[in-house]
Amino acid sequence: MTNHWIDIKNSDCILIMGSNAAENHPISFRWVTEAQKNGATLISVDPRFTRTSSKADFYTALRSGTDIAFLGGMINYILSNNKYFKEYVARYTNACFIVGKKYGFHDGLFSGFDPKTRKYDKSYWAYELDENGVPKKDYTLKHPRTVFQLLKKHFSRYTLDKVSAVTGTPKEDLVKVYELYSATGKPDKAGTIMYAMGWTQHTVGVQNIRTMAIIQLLLGNMGVAGGGVNALRGESNVQGSTDHCLLFHIWPGYLPTPTASAATLADYNKKYTPVSHDPLSANWWQNRPKYVVSFLKAMFGDAADAGNDFGYGWMPKLDDGKAYSWLDLFDAMYRGEFSGFFAWGQNPACSGANAAKTREALTRLDWMVNVNLFDNETASFWKGPGMDPGKVKTEVFFLPCAAFMEKEGSVTNSGRWAQWRYKAQDPPGEAKPDGDIMVELFNEIRSLYAKEGGVFPDPILNLKWDYTTDGKFDAHKVARTINGEFTRDVTIKDKTYKKGQLVPSFAFLQADGSTTSGNWLYCQSYNESGNNMARRDTTDASGIGLYSNWAWCWPVNRRILYNRASVDLMGRPWNPKKPVIAFAGEVRDGKYVTNKWVGDVPDGGWYPMMNPDGTLRTDTKYPFIMKPHGFGGIFGPGRNDGPFPEHYEPIECPVEKNLFSSQFTNPVAAVYGTEKDVYKTCDPRYPFVGTTYRVTEHWQTGVLTRWQPWLLETEPQLFVEMSEELARLRGIKNGEKVIVESPRGAVEAVAMVTKRFRPFLVQGQEIHQVGLPWHYGWVWPPDGGDSANLLSPSAGDPNTRIPETKAFMVNVRKKGV
Amino acid sequence: MKLTRRDFLKISSAATAGLALGGCTTMGFNMQPVQEQAWRLRTQDAKETPTICCYCAVGCGIICHTDNRSGKVIYTEGDADHPINGGALCAKGAAAYQIARNEKRITKVLYRAPYSSRWEEKSWDWAIKEIAKRVKASRDKSFTVKNAKGQVVNRCDGIASVGSAALDNEECWIYQAMLRAMGLVYIEHQARI
Repeated sequence: MTNHWIDIKNSDCILIMGSNAAENHPISFRWVTEAQKNGATLISVDPRFTRTSSKADFYTALRSGTDIAFLGGMINYILSNNKYFKEYVARYTNACFIVGKKYGFHDGLFSGFDPKTRKYDKSYWAYELDENGVPKKDYTLKHPRTVFQLLKKHFSRYTLDKVSAVTGTPKEDLVKVYELYSATGKPDKAGTIMYAMGWTQHTVGVQNIRTMAIIQLLLGNMGVAGGGVNALRGESNVQGSTDHCLLFHIWPGYLPTPTASAATLADYNKKYTPVSHDPLSANWWQNRPKYVVSFLKAMFGDAADAGNDFGYGWMPKLDDGKAYSWLDLFDAMYRGEFSGFFAWGQNPACSGANAAKTREALTRLDWMVNVNLFDNETASFWKGPGMDPGKVKTEVFFLPCAAFMEKEGSVTNSGRWAQWRYKAQDPPGEAKPDGDIMVELFNEIRSLYAKEGGVFPDPILNLKWDYTTDGKFDAHKVARTINGEFTRDVTIKDKTYKKGQLVPSFAFLQADGSTTSGNWLYCQSYNESGNNMARRDTTDASGIGLYSNWAWCWPVNRRILYNRASVDLMGRPWNPKKPVIAFAGEVRDGKYVTNKWVGDVPDGGWYPMMNPDGTLRTDTKYPFIMKPHGFGGIFGPGRNDGPFPEHYEPIECPVEKNLFSSQFTNPVAAVYGTEKDVYKTCDPRYPFVGTTYRVTEHWQTGVLTRWQPWLLETEPQLFVEMSEELARLRGIKNGEKVIVESPRGAVEAVAMVTKRFRPFLVQGQEIHQVGLPWHYGWVWPPDGGDSANLLSPSAGDPNTRIPETKAFMVNVRKKGV
Repeated sequence: MKLTRRDFLKISSAATAGLALGGCTTMGFNMQPVQEQAWRLRTQDAKETPTICCYCAVGCGIICHTDNRSGKVIYTEGDADHPINGGALCAKGAAAYQIARNEKRITKVLYRAPYSSRWEEKSWDWAIKEIAKRVKASRDKSFTVKNAKGQVVNRCDGIASVGSAALDNEECWIYQAMLRAMGLVYIEHQARI
């Protein structure tokens, strides 16, 4: 989230699309309700009428996988009806940038596409630069190659007729949503979006979110209270595990994992450090070399120094252009590339797309370690449906671990608040905290290498690994390493910091090895003022619910990101009633002479862009400090599938053509080629759109919740929800057992016939959609059903490679027929 | 007396319970003192420990009540001081107690041998040693110093890892540290799906 949970109360219009907050993030609704009490409008857009929809002021449905069409129509509406926030768009977004002549878009393809490699050459989308290498701008937005004019042209194709024919949403409903939401384009109004996996789990997932981000920029909703782009994340620490980068492509703090072409640290810094020639651009990532060296120092301690490139050579490198993501990982496992596998606190046999492929892949391993609280479909895969244990070679080690209240440490919520939690009891029996298991396992591995030698032992032997107190894992010691410390006495801005002292915040990190920081974004979380994540001060001085002294939030306790876009060029809040920050420096002769901001931690504390007398300042920076050029990205030339979003059909869909172009599906989507990767589109055997979702009483694969009697009693088994019309069509009665099948697998489920699904009218055809929760698995409870992911395809977004589990094709029939 | 919101909620919920039972007084009993005593007894010896819910990423506060004698969690409730949830919890968060006390939890290391049809109980010491041996064998066998283009990559291509968004930050950090020190590149977790 760019904003945070409590901030939802500040919104004037809340769009919930691609999520079902009332059921999946129930307590978020405390703040949605608060906003509604204050007069906010709640809009729910969902293929199914959910409990979120039941609380909405306006609800409408769309067919799964058509969000870009729906929102593209909104962009067209905003631009055609002059609903955008002109000053904000011209000054804070890249709408004013002039794009080079090589950019083009024709019949669903952007320029630079190579059909042989199925890749774009992004240099075709570059900006036109001036003699200093700075993008040329036209603040009037009139130049025909400004981002603004190109955007207008691109989305002029998203007419109400076409959008309605694709999405199945009635035209009058589209107009209603567009009207309600675009009313937040006024300077003192804020609109927010609450989305989740309903947007990400598509082969156009990133562009779904890009489309909304463009809307938020056009309406001036970024940086303000009650605005932002807010991903409702689904696990207690999925924000933290992302920040610390248990992901192939990034190191902690969103530092790119090096590829083979970056052989040295100098190569790495050159390749990954963005350059701006504009003196008014903060280009914050220019600091990357400081964060990388501080990270390597945290990894290898004193063994990392300038003489050995701070241990850069010890770190593994990816092959250039190759992906190692979830889908790629299980594809490689299926093809027998791994002998060993850790499934640590996760149940991939149920949680990923195309679960049958995953389960089969597990049989190709020599050994697997599964760490969990309860038995699960991954640990016991060798005795699962269709498996003959006598033919499965894989050795399995199941290590029982502590539950969340049986250990101490921090978790980071969706609003980036890192909150400390404490131990309330010992784990049962011989179960152990995960931290202890890691420490003991790595100690043993290291001692083997010390004793016996082995291939390239250096990084193993040199890893800093002093995270215990009295032989037990000590979360405080790791928290200090994540924050970072000075490795020698250093004087910065006339102040001397002693060796061993904790670094106050990331502005103090250095590229010369004099500081460590396991994750620069968390630098300040645990410093000389204490464990800031453990703070429990319930006062709110801000008046807008920032609670700045409760826990700690990254970066530098800034509660609302991009907050310098919440003020005008002179530093005055667009909405004086709900200021996030405001400039409070002194004025002399029409000029600001002292620098002071009040409110939230400003996104860089520079002077405002303009003096009260209207003169522009030169000692300031543009507000979007993480972007190389300092402007919000309406044009996104870094994406793999185009600088503007474009509607493509899901890899499996019910229609024979894409009404927007002859490019049917995303031309650069990730697809796979084993015999388990079957994709069927417009196949009469699979006539219905399928999607997956969650219920309040269960969580993810149900690995924790299926074992709890209270929760299991309320939601005991897999069901498939369908409309009354579809039930009639298939002769199915509510409560009957049915079979749901896709080209990849089948599950047995109880039919739940409701009015919450309605058939869609798509391209003049009646289209049905069904939905299944994905919380179940064969291990427990007996007859509870199996994973809905046995149905979903292994196809992924070309940027994130997140699987398309929200739109695929299925058939539903009565059991035994 | 200065009341925190939690004190207030406790008192008001006790009062509500008393009111709900008010009908009993028509039978000649006044249940209210008994009810209040019962409330006190349940948690009077318990230690309160704040934690954060383990499910979605709203980050609601939960208070665990731990019995001083047994050291076990005997009750969990929403943290009324927490600015996000103000004491409220959803169905899952409200059932946190059933994670703390659940006889289906696995409490011993389990091992399944190749081609076997059953689990065996094992000691930690045995498991850690055996896993470490397999890690080393897999790593040494699959380690790629140079890729097909001859570039130095120093990576372990034969082991993969998934997980976990259920770990604490500090565990995530040391887990990525040990995996990357071993040379793993196939490192993924819930955030990707």
